[in-house]
Amino acid sequence: MSVTVRVPTILRTYTDGQAEVVVVPEVETLSGVLSALEVSAPGIGARVLDDDGKLRRFVNVYVNDDDVRFLDGLDTPTPDGASVSVIPAVAGG
Amino acid sequence: MSTAILPSATTTTSPFGSASHLQCRECGARYSLGAEYACIECFGPLEVGYEFGTVTREQIESGPLSIWRYSALLPVSATAALEPNLAPGFTKLVRADNLARALGMTGVLWVKDDSGNPTHSFKDRVVAVAQSAARRLGLSTLSCASTGNLANAVAAAAARGAQPSVVLIPSDLEPGKVVTTAAYGTTLIAVEGNYDDVNRLCSELIGDPVTDDWGFVNVNLRPYYAEGSKTLGYEIAEQLGWRLPQQVVIPIASGALLTKVDKGFREFIDLGLVEETPYRIFGAQAVGCSPVEQAFRAGHDVVRPVRPDTIAKSLAIGNPADGPYALDVVRRTGGSIGAVTDEEIVEGIRLLAETEGIFAETAGGVTVATLRALLRSGELDPTAETVLLNTGDGLKTLDAVSPHVGPAGTIAPSVSAVVDLLGGAA
Repeated sequence: MSVTVRVPTILRTYTDGQAEVVVVPEVETLSGVLSALEVSAPGIGARVLDDDGKLRRFVNVYVNDDDVRFLDGLDTPTPDGASVSVIPAVAGG
Repeated sequence: MSTAILPSATTTTSPFGSASHLQCRECGARYSLGAEYACIECFGPLEVGYEFGTVTREQIESGPLSIWRYSALLPVSATAALEPNLAPGFTKLVRADNLARALGMTGVLWVKDDSGNPTHSFKDRVVAVAQSAARRLGLSTLSCASTGNLANAVAAAAARGAQPSVVLIPSDLEPGKVVTTAAYGTTLIAVEGNYDDVNRLCSELIGDPVTDDWGFVNVNLRPYYAEGSKTLGYEIAEQLGWRLPQQVVIPIASGALLTKVDKGFREFIDLGLVEETPYRIFGAQAVGCSPVEQAFRAGHDVVRPVRPDTIAKSLAIGNPADGPYALDVVRRTGGSIGAVTDEEIVEGIRLLAETEGIFAETAGGVTVATLRALLRSGELDPTAETVLLNTGDGLKTLDAVSPHVGPAGTIAPSVSAVVDLLGGAA
């Protein structure tokens, strides 16, 4: 039951420079993936989630290429083999 | 022991001019000037901060007729104008009395016509600033995700600068914008997906070794790039005779242009270059991609992404990074945001062309149609002096208008045939 998380450059200080981290979440949701990520890369969770435990305003998260804001946010299912991408929402036009 | 003579912090030979740092717009964290664009603390966007010296109207007026007359207010060295670039800006501010009459306006209406830039859209401004920053930061390849206009601007600027470029576009882009990018000899990559998909891809490419020396103008150079849009605000104020208009109507894609025009106005006020008079900023979107308008109407300060479906492809950003800041500006200045249908967009293009001889691309049609809609709803004051931004050239989006206009008839080459066609009244 593993999920691959793609980590943006600005968070790779938490992952020893690794662009991808494979985690095995206890719960198969985005929330579970982020909890598992925090275990393998302590401190990274607080960068992605705000003090209320919500996704930060300028973070885009995709599960299998779909923006989780079009899905169920932190409750979006992340089945075995899913890929999760975390990307700064600071680009465009 | 020798003593080094150090230049002062405000020297004009500084690589980034009067720019002094990058600062997170969300949490205020400060960073040194570099190819950074997102805050490590909170992911918020980074913006250029300055320590402006004295800037006078006379200094600006003695500068070149391009954005470089405002070099002292941009994150560029004083010599930016001398480096190979497209020298964009100082486009015409056209008094639009015919359009005003057609819309029932009694206040003076102006069109800031940025189709007059080298690649026929306002994107030349932002790219010129990003290109300068790329040089300072040692990023030799210019790149971008683009809805078309930026693709043109990056490819052309890189050609002028003798630099390689890689331009990524959605594969369904208007054919005109594909040709007018590829012509500059760039490496053009069509990506299956919409603009937001391309944008995401570019964000993911950053950090990959293949892009080590790439400057993505609207991603890792974005803090510098976005500052180029301030020059539209500067020019409007200068061309009005060093004063601010009462109302401005601006198209919203990412929202950066709208926020930067406001920033330009505020900087001019702070520097004493114009008197502080009240102004209202209005945003324009297409109904088929109106996430900022929807947030505005709903009273939200968070912009929920949408999946774009509109002929105004240059505004088709479903996940606008600067949307929340555009909302802040519109609300702070007492403006509003309108959204118009594809049919209204075409009407807007035709109205501007038929009344003022200015052929706008679809984004310009959105802005004209939104002006009309907000006048009808009473949100825009018809008696106030108003500036409308036309950000691109209609020749880039012929498909939008071609089904609706054409010859009055096809006739034999004879006088009588012309007379007949004109109803015998000629």
